[in-house]
Amino acid sequence: MELTTNWYLVLSIFVFSIGAVGLMVRRNPLVMFMSVELMLNSVNIAFVSLGTSLNDVGGQIAVFFVLVVAAVEVVVGLALIVAINRRHPDATADDLSTLRG
Amino acid sequence: MLDAVFLIPALPLLGFLTIVVFGRRMGEPLAGWFATAMMGGSFATSLVVMFGLLDRPADERHFVQTLFDWVPAGDFNVDVGFLVDPLSVTMTLFVTGVGMLIHLYSIGYMHGDENFSKFFLYLNLFAFSMLMLVLGDNMLITFLGWEGVGACSYLLISFWFTNEYNASSGKKAFITNRVGDWGYMVATFLMFTSLGSIQYIDVIGNASHLSQTTATAIVVLMLVAAAGKSAQIPLYLWLPDAMAGPTPVSALIHAATMVTSGVYLFTRLNPVLAQSSSWGPHLIAWVGVSTAFFAATIAISQNDIKKVLAYSTISQLGYMFLAIGTGAYVAAIFHMVTHAFFKALLFLGAGSVIHGMDSDQDMRHYGALKKFMPITAGTFIVGWLAIAGVPPFSGFWSKDEILGFAWSDSPALWFVGFVTAILTAFYMSREVFLTFYGRYRYADIRDEEIEDMWNGRLAIAEDAVSGAEASLATAEGVAIKASDKLAKAMEKLEQRQTELAEVDQSDEKAFGKATSNLAKAEEGISKAQSGIDDNESVIDSARAEVSSAKADAKLTLAASQSGSESVGVALFEEPDTSAIPESELPEAVQKRREYHPHESPWLMTLPLVVLASLAAVAGLLNLPFSSSTKRLDLWLEPSLFGNQAVDTVSAGGKWLLAGVALAGVVVGIVAAVAVYIRGRSKPSKFELPIFAHGWHYDELVSAFMGGPGRRGFDLVSWFDDAGIDGAVNGVGRLVRSGGGQLRRLQSGFVRAYAAMIAVGAVGLVGWFLVRAGL
Repeated sequence: MELTTNWYLVLSIFVFSIGAVGLMVRRNPLVMFMSVELMLNSVNIAFVSLGTSLNDVGGQIAVFFVLVVAAVEVVVGLALIVAINRRHPDATADDLSTLRG
Repeated sequence: MLDAVFLIPALPLLGFLTIVVFGRRMGEPLAGWFATAMMGGSFATSLVVMFGLLDRPADERHFVQTLFDWVPAGDFNVDVGFLVDPLSVTMTLFVTGVGMLIHLYSIGYMHGDENFSKFFLYLNLFAFSMLMLVLGDNMLITFLGWEGVGACSYLLISFWFTNEYNASSGKKAFITNRVGDWGYMVATFLMFTSLGSIQYIDVIGNASHLSQTTATAIVVLMLVAAAGKSAQIPLYLWLPDAMAGPTPVSALIHAATMVTSGVYLFTRLNPVLAQSSSWGPHLIAWVGVSTAFFAATIAISQNDIKKVLAYSTISQLGYMFLAIGTGAYVAAIFHMVTHAFFKALLFLGAGSVIHGMDSDQDMRHYGALKKFMPITAGTFIVGWLAIAGVPPFSGFWSKDEILGFAWSDSPALWFVGFVTAILTAFYMSREVFLTFYGRYRYADIRDEEIEDMWNGRLAIAEDAVSGAEASLATAEGVAIKASDKLAKAMEKLEQRQTELAEVDQSDEKAFGKATSNLAKAEEGISKAQSGIDDNESVIDSARAEVSSAKADAKLTLAASQSGSESVGVALFEEPDTSAIPESELPEAVQKRREYHPHESPWLMTLPLVVLASLAAVAGLLNLPFSSSTKRLDLWLEPSLFGNQAVDTVSAGGKWLLAGVALAGVVVGIVAAVAVYIRGRSKPSKFELPIFAHGWHYDELVSAFMGGPGRRGFDLVSWFDDAGIDGAVNGVGRLVRSGGGQLRRLQSGFVRAYAAMIAVGAVGLVGWFLVRAGL
């Protein structure tokens, strides 16, 4: 059985769905953060596989951008999460709703 | 030479700014002299500009000087610029000339006022505004001046604002003028929407493109504006109250210059009047002539020397409107100029009289002032002859010209104007006779003083009655007590008698005691009896006192009631004060007896003399004998564009009309002589109360504005609150409540936002799929 591009796309969809559902279902900020990472990387998979199949280097360039954005996000996001955890050790994402309208 | 025109308004502006900054330091009289010098410079510049215009051929006598862009806004473009043509130069000449004389006069009149420099600051600001009004080359600059003179008028009427009446008179003038300003503004808007420009050059050049309806609407709106500023029916009612200001202000603003701006405006816009349907100018003529008549009737009954002149001004302005309405623009301007001379003269003369009479303005207190103030009297008499229309003084020529044009338009207009001329001669003669001729009445005891005195006496008499009544009551009390005593003494006597009968005759001691007791009791009776007798005489005298006091009081009452007679009586005979002992005369009368009316200083009489000579000869400006003596006609022709009416009266007819008018004037003067000098008839026959109350117009307006008008304004105010503000606030409230609902979407739960994004993304994908036709 040959691995066609479609397989990668299906994988991407699966990983994305896990990430999306995880983001919506879980309350631990760290886990939600990981779910976001999953979604980003699922998109990376789709970019890379489509870039290869279409013979377009643009897909890989886009991945670099996504990786950079993800790295930046990790820096900021982790700092936030650590800061929140120090103040409220047991805080869930739902407790952090002070900015509601 | 014409380029100097900007100096004409700039000099008074400079004066205003200088006095604003340095006024207090300049003080009296430097500030006054400085302001006068600025006006003098302005007048000299006007003369230069006039000669500059005369140098040019008649059809090139207009010149526009643009100083700078003022309001460049798309199609709407307004420059600050001056239009120089014969009309505006005529206006500037008499505004600055008469203005300068009045400035000079004010230095004397305002002497010693603590706000001396402030007065001249206002006067210069007024002159600046008035010159902007007449020189402006577009309707907005004119409006600027129009509002400026209104504001200065307000400031100067309430110059002595610590008096409540002065302050509210200023407000009355200001508010009444607002009504007229509304007309001016709407007319300007109409002009712009229909012609696309408010420059006089464009307005005059394109007036023939106006539709008849638009032109008529503009004329009617301008009539509203002019009725406000020039005090015509129905908005005249502020001018008589404007007399609350210092007299030079009345002369400058409320007689010679500002109030003529309505006439100037119509003359400036004569092509628009020519374009309107004929009822527009007719309306102006009828408003004018009815105002003239109406105000003249009121002037007959006024006792305040300035109020007569105020109503007279309204009446003369009515003549000018009559001239405008009949198309006789030259006659209107002619009368405006002569009126500026003689009315300023009369006002300044009145001011001189007031100055010399210790600020008393009531003509009933004057009389025979000719010998105290010869210069004032002489010049005032010239002004009187001029306004009454006696040839060869100026008023005769200008009024006659107006009446001639009125005749060729409609004999009805002429007739009302003619009757007004008779009334004018009558009330002006009345003013002169009451002030300068007849008996010197200033030292007389006045009706209200007599009344006060009688009231004082009445109070004393009433006190005497109540005092006598009180003493009667005590005497009666004493009588009752005395008769009680008598009754008791009788009882005692009886008791003693029985004691005597019962006592044992042998007991000598007891007998002697009883006998002496009896004698004592008899003595007591006779004492009581004599007490009663004495008291009876006291009661009698007290009764007599009461009745005599009552009789006195009754006499006093009757006398005081007959004391308040009407004014006319004292015109010829001194009020009978023989019944009043010298010591009882009120202090004020003593003071007045020692007061000597005096002539004013030369600063005040010099302007009077100059104005009197001008008022005497100003008729030379436009003598009707041949076309070459009609100098004003020739001079103003370039400003009138052939819209000047042609009078259809033949030469013989003119002589006849002039003769009839002159006869009317003679009738008026002779009637006044008969009433006020010879005493052939009672003044109260002419000075009807309804005239004195101004036909109750003021009360009518107050009643309307206080009642239905007030409710109407409340309604408008309610609509403003509920309708206009309601709509605006409603939009705000809608947005706020919508926002309040939308706010709930922001739950603050990150997962909810993620879900929303997911749903949105799915929706977006679905939409793309549907678009792609899957």
